[in-house]
Amino acid sequence: MRKHLLSIDDVSADDAATLFATAAEMHDVQRRQVKKLPALRGRTVINLFFEDSTRTRSSFEIAGKWLSADTINITGKGSSASKGESLRDTVLTIAAMGVDALVMRHPASGAALQVSQWVDAAVLNAGDGTHEHPSQALLDAYTLQQRLGSLEGRHVAVVGDLTHSRVFRSNVKLLTKLGAQVTVVAPPTLMPSGVGAWSAAAGFATSYDLDEVLPKADAVMMLRVQRERMSGGYFPSAREYTVGYGLTRDRLRLLGPDVPICHPGPMNRGLEIAADAADAAQSVVLDQVSAGVAVRMAILYHLLAGEETD
Amino acid sequence: MSETILVRGARPYGDEPADLLLRDGVVAEVGPGLDAPAGARVVDADGLVALPGLVDLHTHLREPGREDAETVLTGSRAAAVGGFTAVLAMANTSPVTDTAEAAERVHDLGRTAGLVDVHPVGAVTRGLAGEELAELGLMHRSRARVSVFSDDGRCVADARVMRRALEYVRAFGGVVSQHAQDPSLAGPASCCHEGELSGRLGLPGWPGVAEEVVVARDVMLARHTGSRVHVAHASTAGTVEVLRWAKGLGIDVTAEVTPHHLLLTTDLLEGYDPTYKVNPPLRPQEDVEALRAALADGTIDAVATDHAPHARHDKEHAFVDAAFGMLGLETALPVVAHVMVESGLMGWADVARVMSTAPARIAGLDDQGQGLGVGAPANVVLVDPATPLVVDRDASVSLSRNNPWHGRTLGASVVATFLRGVPTVLDGTLA
Repeated sequence: MRKHLLSIDDVSADDAATLFATAAEMHDVQRRQVKKLPALRGRTVINLFFEDSTRTRSSFEIAGKWLSADTINITGKGSSASKGESLRDTVLTIAAMGVDALVMRHPASGAALQVSQWVDAAVLNAGDGTHEHPSQALLDAYTLQQRLGSLEGRHVAVVGDLTHSRVFRSNVKLLTKLGAQVTVVAPPTLMPSGVGAWSAAAGFATSYDLDEVLPKADAVMMLRVQRERMSGGYFPSAREYTVGYGLTRDRLRLLGPDVPICHPGPMNRGLEIAADAADAAQSVVLDQVSAGVAVRMAILYHLLAGEETD
Repeated sequence: MSETILVRGARPYGDEPADLLLRDGVVAEVGPGLDAPAGARVVDADGLVALPGLVDLHTHLREPGREDAETVLTGSRAAAVGGFTAVLAMANTSPVTDTAEAAERVHDLGRTAGLVDVHPVGAVTRGLAGEELAELGLMHRSRARVSVFSDDGRCVADARVMRRALEYVRAFGGVVSQHAQDPSLAGPASCCHEGELSGRLGLPGWPGVAEEVVVARDVMLARHTGSRVHVAHASTAGTVEVLRWAKGLGIDVTAEVTPHHLLLTTDLLEGYDPTYKVNPPLRPQEDVEALRAALADGTIDAVATDHAPHARHDKEHAFVDAAFGMLGLETALPVVAHVMVESGLMGWADVARVMSTAPARIAGLDDQGQGLGVGAPANVVLVDPATPLVVDRDASVSLSRNNPWHGRTLGASVVATFLRGVPTVLDGTLA
């Protein structure tokens, strides 16, 4: 593992396998009554969140606490630019307190990479704008492997607002790295610009037709669609989006009964995912949340304690 | 009365060596083996290329308002070091240059600095708001004699306002320099050329078409009104196609390209380094090639720097939050030499055309860009084509350090600059 986790580009397939093995052990710990491990005793992890988050922040916080790290949350809305302080000054101030790891979420793409060039602490990207969310991709892949075994040759459909999704960007990188065949599905207005060249170079497929993709899928990953995108003219109405790209009750029949359904949350029930799909036996939405803590424990462990134990 | 200077052995436009006698602010004599008059200072220019002083249609000198980033004085220094004898200072200062008084203030600061002629650009619309015309006529009648108007930084997006501005400035031979960016296609957050890279990096896209539709609209407005329009910082192959078509029809349109759009490409944004954040954004290689060809064949008339100094902390934000713009004055000629002359696309006479004659003509400056003949104003730059410039951002005379050329080795270096016969730069440093 590299010093930072900024992007899935920092994670090799071997790194992922190592992380997943550790995560499986952590997952066992999670099921114990006493969950605390001493691995990161005396280490300080700051969750620096410039954007609202409940699940990712609390998942990292629990992960840090169960590893006995001192975990502190610092939250601030919006960019520091609006407050007249540069991002560099903000993070240098926090790092100067003596921090081992900065878990950072920021509304701007690339912010975690920039910060990693300014501070000595390990930087974990917990979501940078519409760029990447690598811990989410790792917990998604871990969850899918638990259900499917190896992802080699498995077909994963990723469906929704790809343009604005950091979950998609990290997932498409990791899933292809692990040998999965990925098809991303969205209306043309929600496909990232230049996706034709990108998908050709990176080896994934694109489609506008969900009904054609679902029967071939070994797993489906639904992405959140923000209702405010409608005002940007990305699609005409919620109803039309659901008919075209929602995982509706009817579409559920196109899926095999054991095909896992993922969603990174928070879900817009009735828009991109029907209640029947979200609550189906094959839905792994809550498994993702549970795996999230274990995978984030594994990430923190390998970034902060890795050098002593390897 | 300034001292008399004999420039010995320079090659005007890269041609055969000749001596240039600069006296009383004009080129007094030109020819081989001139005798140095008594008391004249002799500048050895053996091996150097002599060009008429450079004229920059597009700079941001930041005064008034952001004197921590640049002042008229420090910007004038950077201009002189870059071989310029005249610069146009954009109106997006604080307060905006949208009145005669504001224009005169910038003009006077330039006079006081005394290193280059500083011509304020007037805002097209009051407060750059894009709604009501600024006092264009009063700015022109002021002692700043404003002839170029631009809301640069923002596009005059409303077609009716643009039409009226184009019509109105005809009364005094003015020109509107348009920052072409359709705000509905490329908004304030748009900061990366829209394409594969912006999609992959998750950066808000700035599609080339947002520039092209405005250029296309504006040339049609220029045709309709019979007025002249200037396209600032052309950045795409599509814009070049529109310009070529419009010029073919005889529409009165001129255009500039920046040095950075002639060399730097989109892929530099891969590391999210705000040094490379500029508006319009760096484009892919295909656009760069089209811009070079258009500059060489005259479709694009001029090189202009869009020199945009920023205080360090304004660039130390996340990429989308950081300020747009990069330094350009000190490196413009070395970049053009590197991209256009070393490649054989242009000769030194062409460089003089695109960096002196044409910009002076576009801005209506009759004491600049007049060449090196006897009687011309003694605005001269001496260039060493054999010594590349190795760019060190800390060596800059600008107050700012947002220099995208840092660490690069560029084509040629500026050795000396003369403004009306007075040396402003000698041996590559301020005189």
